[in-house]
Amino acid sequence: MTRANIALLILIGCVAALPLFGGAYALRLGTIACMYAILALSWNVVGGFAGYPSFATAAFFGFGAYATGVLMNDGLSLWLSVVMAAVAALLLAAMLGAVLLRLRGHYFAIASLSLAEVLRELVNNATDLTGGGMGLNIPLVSGSSVLGDAMFFFYAMLGLLLATALMAMAVAGSKLGFGLACIRQNETASSMVGLNTTLYKSVAFGLSACFVAAAGGIYAAWVHYIDPSDVFDILYSVKPIVMALMGGLGSPLGVACGAFLYLGLEEVVWRNYIQIHTGVLGLLIVMLLLFLPHGLVSLRAGMFGRKTKHV
Amino acid sequence: MSEILRLQNVSRHFSGLQALREVTLAVAKGEVLGLIGPNGAGKTTLVNTICGVTPANSGTITFDGADITKIKTYQAARRGLSRTFQIVQPFAEFTALDNVAAAALFSRPGESLKSAREEARAHLAFVGLDAQAGRSAATLTLAMRKRLELAKALAMRPKLLFLDEVNAGLNSAEVERATRLIHELAGQGITIVMIEHLMKVVLNVCTRIAVLHNGALIADGAPREVISNPAVVEAYLGQQYAHRHAGHG
Repeated sequence: MTRANIALLILIGCVAALPLFGGAYALRLGTIACMYAILALSWNVVGGFAGYPSFATAAFFGFGAYATGVLMNDGLSLWLSVVMAAVAALLLAAMLGAVLLRLRGHYFAIASLSLAEVLRELVNNATDLTGGGMGLNIPLVSGSSVLGDAMFFFYAMLGLLLATALMAMAVAGSKLGFGLACIRQNETASSMVGLNTTLYKSVAFGLSACFVAAAGGIYAAWVHYIDPSDVFDILYSVKPIVMALMGGLGSPLGVACGAFLYLGLEEVVWRNYIQIHTGVLGLLIVMLLLFLPHGLVSLRAGMFGRKTKHV
Repeated sequence: MSEILRLQNVSRHFSGLQALREVTLAVAKGEVLGLIGPNGAGKTTLVNTICGVTPANSGTITFDGADITKIKTYQAARRGLSRTFQIVQPFAEFTALDNVAAAALFSRPGESLKSAREEARAHLAFVGLDAQAGRSAATLTLAMRKRLELAKALAMRPKLLFLDEVNAGLNSAEVERATRLIHELAGQGITIVMIEHLMKVVLNVCTRIAVLHNGALIADGAPREVISNPAVVEAYLGQQYAHRHAGHG
């Protein structure tokens, strides 16, 4: 296990201690922090490791939210619904990936962007199943107390974050991760040395989708009510990319740090500049990317650099 | 000698441009075939077509007893067709060692990263890059990157090796070194098809020469016969060259 991976696990451990220090607000923030980190770590598998700029995060987030919501309304338990949504997303993404990932660069970005729009329209029109534009109510899970509920969903999201982080680390250190790094650097040369690029990219896309869908499912159960414009929001596609860029593309530790930093900035800016918060946030992001183009990990390149491990 | 590769009436066009016209060519096991011709003749396209990068529009390609006309690039690589690129294609962020390890790793399903890296060291040593194993490929000189390409190709344990202008852009000492390497490979019994503009190298190394011109094969045979063939002189070598070499023939 590399130092960066240990640091990432310690970081997640610190987040786990959050309930000791605060009430409902801290738990809410912690839940969102975990969710953001899940989205960013997942995006990093296809965007950071393989170098394919996917804008499909919102599509799989919404897919997971709706799949879980519909299944729970059919009487299934939360856990079963979330697992089924994640598996369905994995298969769906792997199949779509085999087609979409033949496009490169901007073309892939646009195609993946349209995926969320397509799913949103489908959900909007399948009124009988999803409630369409009216949204979907989701049964309460525990219903013990407000704080108990908050605690439950915080730990659910945290557990999923841990699983996502372990997946990201396993991929980074495996033959799959090595192959994705080859694809990112030179796809032509990759297939020339016998790498089945379509298979590798599809697996990466599937892995990046399934944890996002699970996060969407937990989110849906957490907020009890979802509608298409909420869970298929394009911001769910854009934010993970910004987080990954802020933290350091390709490094799971960096990406997780980026997610927490992003949430911190978002929260501080929102509280202090409520009327111009998106503008201020945008400015901060631009400044960060200008002055720290390789993200937070570049601050300690010697300690956490991902290139050093291949010597 | 038995046949390892056969192209039968292979054609390939890119919309209006006919890059290969009904090429029929056989390569025998263990030979070193020189593929020459003017720029744009279709030499690299021919290699791309065999390796599945730009599949043939018509005709058939047989390799090692199997029909590979419609094969995908990575499948071609796993069957033992390996190549170097005219314009070097390293994994720029990787070290030289990992570049070669990637080739060993993915050309054989089931290979582990650890054993691939071990094997990679031997190939780097063979091409004289062992001292550069830990350097990132982007920092190597052109001559080194050309040799890195060769090490990558060898790590795939090729049955048939395509060398696409391995000497282009090298100085004469480097060319000599590369030529020695090719001789050694041929000595190991690897079948080689090389695209090369330096006639000195072609005549030094190749046991047979095939000439492409406008996508068609215009000559194929023993080196001395081919370079005195009037059609080849007309299309590629030029009168002066033929004159100079007539005496040696």
